[in-house]
Amino acid sequence: MWQIFHKLGSPKWFFGIASKLMPWLLWVGAAMLVAGIVWGLGFAPKDYLQGNSYRIIFIHVPAAFLAQSVYIMMAVAGLVTLVWRMKLADVFVRAVAPVGAILTFLALFTGAVWGKPTWGTWWIWDARLTSMLILLFLYFGVMALGAAISDEKSSARAVAVLVLVGVVNIPIIKYSVEWWNTLHQPATFKLTEKPSMPAEMWVPLLLSVLGLYLIFGWLACLRMQTEILVREGRTRWVKELVQARGN
Amino acid sequence: MATEPVIGLRSPDLSVGTVTAMKAVFVRDLKTAFRQPQDLLNPLLFFVMVVTLFPLGVSPEVSFLQQAGSGILWVAALLSVLLSLDHLYRHDFDDGTLEQLVLQPQPLFLLVLAKSLAHWVLTGLPLVLLTPVLGIMVHMEGNSVVVLCLTLLIGTPVLSLIGSIGAALTLGLRSAGVLLSLLIIPLYIPVLIFGTGTVTAAAEGAPVEAQLALMGAFLVLALTLAPFASAAALRISLSNS
Repeated sequence: MWQIFHKLGSPKWFFGIASKLMPWLLWVGAAMLVAGIVWGLGFAPKDYLQGNSYRIIFIHVPAAFLAQSVYIMMAVAGLVTLVWRMKLADVFVRAVAPVGAILTFLALFTGAVWGKPTWGTWWIWDARLTSMLILLFLYFGVMALGAAISDEKSSARAVAVLVLVGVVNIPIIKYSVEWWNTLHQPATFKLTEKPSMPAEMWVPLLLSVLGLYLIFGWLACLRMQTEILVREGRTRWVKELVQARGN
Repeated sequence: MATEPVIGLRSPDLSVGTVTAMKAVFVRDLKTAFRQPQDLLNPLLFFVMVVTLFPLGVSPEVSFLQQAGSGILWVAALLSVLLSLDHLYRHDFDDGTLEQLVLQPQPLFLLVLAKSLAHWVLTGLPLVLLTPVLGIMVHMEGNSVVVLCLTLLIGTPVLSLIGSIGAALTLGLRSAGVLLSLLIIPLYIPVLIFGTGTVTAAAEGAPVEAQLALMGAFLVLALTLAPFASAAALRISLSNS
C-alpha cells in the first residue's frame, strides 16, 4: 500500500503509467461519449412536454456532473498536497483547474441555451445557476492564485489551502442560494435512485456521463504529463525521453 | 512606522500565557492603527461614497431606495471590508513583525484570531455604527435599520475572518489587491445572501430570529475554522518570501 503511495509521488512513474492508460481512456471514453450523444440526440424518444429541446441534457448533465466532481477531486488532491507534500497532487490541481472551469462554463452555457425555449429566458438568478456561477469564480480564483505565486512549492500549498477553503464553502453556498431563490428542477440523475425517465433516455445519458469522465481522465493525464515535462525539464529521464522521441 | 513590541516577542520566556499573548496582539494592533487615523477613516469614507453612488446612479426614488437599501448597504460594507483587508497583515509583513509572530510558542491560529478581531473592531464595528445614518438616508424604516445593524454586527466579523485567509494567501504578491478580491468575493456570497435576506424578511414583517441564528452559526463556523486556514496560509506566504 505505502509502496504504491510512494510510487504515486514519483512523476517519472506516473508519466509511464499515464502513457499506457491514455489510449484506453481516450478510445473507450470517446466511443461511449459518441454512442451516448448520437443515441441521445438522434434516437432517444421525444419528451412529451419539452419536445426536442430536452435533448441538451445529454451534454448539459455530463458537463455539470463533471464540473462539480472535478472540484471535489481537486480538493482531495489539495489535501494530499498539504499533508504529504506530494508533487503529483499539485500537478493534478494545476492541470485540471482550467478543464473544470471550461466544463462549468459549458454547463452554464448549455443551460442558458435550454432555458431560452423552456423558461423563456437565457439567464435567471436561480439557485442552481448562481451556485454554478460561483463555482466558476472559485475555479478562476484557483487559477489566478496559482499563476500569481512564482515559487513552485509555496504556490502549490497556497492553492491547496484555497481549494480546501472553497470546498468547505460549496455546500454553504449551495444551500444559501437554494434558500434564497430556486427554479431549477432537482437533480435529474441520482446514483442511488431508480431514474424517473424511461431507459431509452437514461441509458444514453449514463453513457455520455461515463464517457465524459473517461475523456476527462485522458485529458487530465495529458495535461499532467505536459506539466511534468515542464517542471522536470532538468532531470535526466525527461531529457532522455525527449531525445528518444526524435527531436 | 512605529511598532509596539508584542509582549514576549523578544524574550525567550515561554511562560507567557496564550490569552495574554492574544490580548497583547489585539491591543498592539489597535494602538498601531490609531497612530495612523487616516487609514482607519478611509474604509468608512469609501463605504459612505459607495452608498452615495446608488441614488445618483440608479434612482433617487424613495420606493426604490427603500427596497434596495439593505442590499446597497450590505454590498458597500462588504466592499469596504474587502478594501481594508490589505492592511491586516501588510505592515507587519513589511517590518518583520509577522515573522516574529509566527515564531511565537503560542498557537499561531489564536494570534491570527486576535488579529482578525482587532481588524473587525477597526473596520467592521465603525461600519455598523455608521449604518443607521446611511439607513435613514436611503429611507429605510426604523425596524429594518435595527435589523440591518444586527445583521451587520453578526456578519462583518465573518467578513473579517474569511478575509484574513485571502489576505494571508496573497501576502507579498504583486497584484495582491485585485487577486484578494477575486479569491474572497465568492466566499462572501452566503453572508451577503443571509444578511440582506434577513432585512428583507424584517421589512415584510416576518420573524427574523431563525435567519439571525443561521448568521450566528456562520460566525461560529468562521471563528473556529478561518483562523486555522489563515495561519496555514501565513506560514506558506512567509516561507515564500
